[in-house]
Amino acid sequence: MSDSVVSAKGISKTFGKGGVTALQDIDLEVGRGEFVSLIGPSGCGKSTLLRVIGDLVEPSAGEILVNGKTAHRARLDRDYGIVFQAAVLYDWRTVAKNISLPLELVGWGRAQRSERVAEMLKLVELDGFERHYPWQLSGGMQQRVSIARALSFSPALLLMDEPFGALDEMTRERLNDELLRIWTETGSTVIFVTHSIAEAVYLSTRVVVMSPRPGRITSVIPIDLPQPRTVETREDPRYFELVTEVREALHANGGER
Amino acid sequence: MLLAVLARIRSLAARAAVLFLVLAGLWALWEGYRKLWESTGWTRPFPVDSTTMPHLHDIVGALFDPLREGEPLLARYMLDAALFTAKEAAVGFAIGATIGFLLGALIARFGVLQRGVMPYVVASQTIPILAIAPIVVVGLGNVSIAGWTPTDWMRVAVIAAYLTFFPVTVNTVRGLRSADPAAVELMESYAASEWSVFWKLRVPAALPYLFSAFKVAATASVVGAVIGELPSSIQSGLGGWIINFNQYYVLEPENLWAVNLVAAALGISFFLVVVLVEKLVVHRPPEQLV
Repeated sequence: MSDSVVSAKGISKTFGKGGVTALQDIDLEVGRGEFVSLIGPSGCGKSTLLRVIGDLVEPSAGEILVNGKTAHRARLDRDYGIVFQAAVLYDWRTVAKNISLPLELVGWGRAQRSERVAEMLKLVELDGFERHYPWQLSGGMQQRVSIARALSFSPALLLMDEPFGALDEMTRERLNDELLRIWTETGSTVIFVTHSIAEAVYLSTRVVVMSPRPGRITSVIPIDLPQPRTVETREDPRYFELVTEVREALHANGGER
Repeated sequence: MLLAVLARIRSLAARAAVLFLVLAGLWALWEGYRKLWESTGWTRPFPVDSTTMPHLHDIVGALFDPLREGEPLLARYMLDAALFTAKEAAVGFAIGATIGFLLGALIARFGVLQRGVMPYVVASQTIPILAIAPIVVVGLGNVSIAGWTPTDWMRVAVIAAYLTFFPVTVNTVRGLRSADPAAVELMESYAASEWSVFWKLRVPAALPYLFSAFKVAATASVVGAVIGELPSSIQSGLGGWIINFNQYYVLEPENLWAVNLVAAALGISFFLVVVLVEKLVVHRPPEQLV
């Protein structure tokens, strides 16, 4: 598996002394260019798993390789772009300055930065908003800025933690399409945490179903819907079959209904 | 364009009207109180006459009278004194704000210092400034570093700094710790150095807190400068004039009130400078700005 971006073996995570087991014995391989969703009820450890992959949380046991390196090395090499549920934009920076934040940290020059920021603004269709401040934008636009920021330095892996969870259904569907377009255009690898079955099926190449207490992977469902996904995809009988399959997998675990 | 200009003029006019109304209201309050107490002969809490409460027009008028025949107007002396005190206060503010920020940054970074240092920082502010001023101002006058002794105003600036640093320290600690945990996590995911996290996240996040402190500190630095002038009777500043006019209060009460007005105006202008800088430097959603 030379072309796997993430390779996790036997990952466990326990919080506190003899406390809650958030993750137990997780094995996960993510190939280059894949779009993998982690889905499960609250408390199943999907966000924790994402943070373990991103080296923001240290696993209690197990081994994790990202691009063939330790997760820690990968973080120092800036292999991760992260998008949280909240956009986490800096209020004191304009849209353009927010997007260029990681570029500043990587040490790009001013000219290079502004060139890339312009590209990114076009990618997320926010050209013309570079001088706005975050609080002058709608929630959906803020989240697009956050995506542009995560992609600005072309990280090997895009980690998204319920990025559209706080948005209304309409905005969410529009941003789903936009994310798919960006994923196709940039060829990035995405790990996407969600608790929406429809969203997971629509976006992913694979859906990883997790269950709580202790957090573990109970099934992995490949999504064989044709690419690119469009409005028709949402009406495809196969789409409904897969949605049902994921739902049954979730409920089989006795997760919260 | 024209509409925008008109709107701007209207809002300025509205502000001027409010200012005028407030000043008129204060005037009416003062003069009305006087009139009522004088006509009824009430003596509580204190008897009212031209000594205890001079007419406002007499107080303002005193500024435009020469102190003695053939000498410049009082306003002229007041201007010089205000500039002298302003220099002490501004330098004191700069020193105090710098020390306050550095101390706050150290405390925010090293939690141990919170318990180790903070009690002394608080204690320093519980000692009346009037008790410390002579020790510092007179004491520093005897200090000589390679033949150099701090001049009068420099020693007073130390008192202004003493009053300035405390609010800045307290708010720096809070402000630096106010950064959104998710934003800190984001910086971690970029493998940002602690230095970058400090300058690109923690300090900008702390700015609204810092400016709240600067507003308190700006006015406190003027008070500190005035008080600092008293113990070694430095004559060139507002403090010197306050002592002077105090002694002649029974004869010319308007003069003391006039200095007080000038001192207040100086404090207000310090405050306004901070507000102006804040407007230029701090970008936040309007509802988060005070």
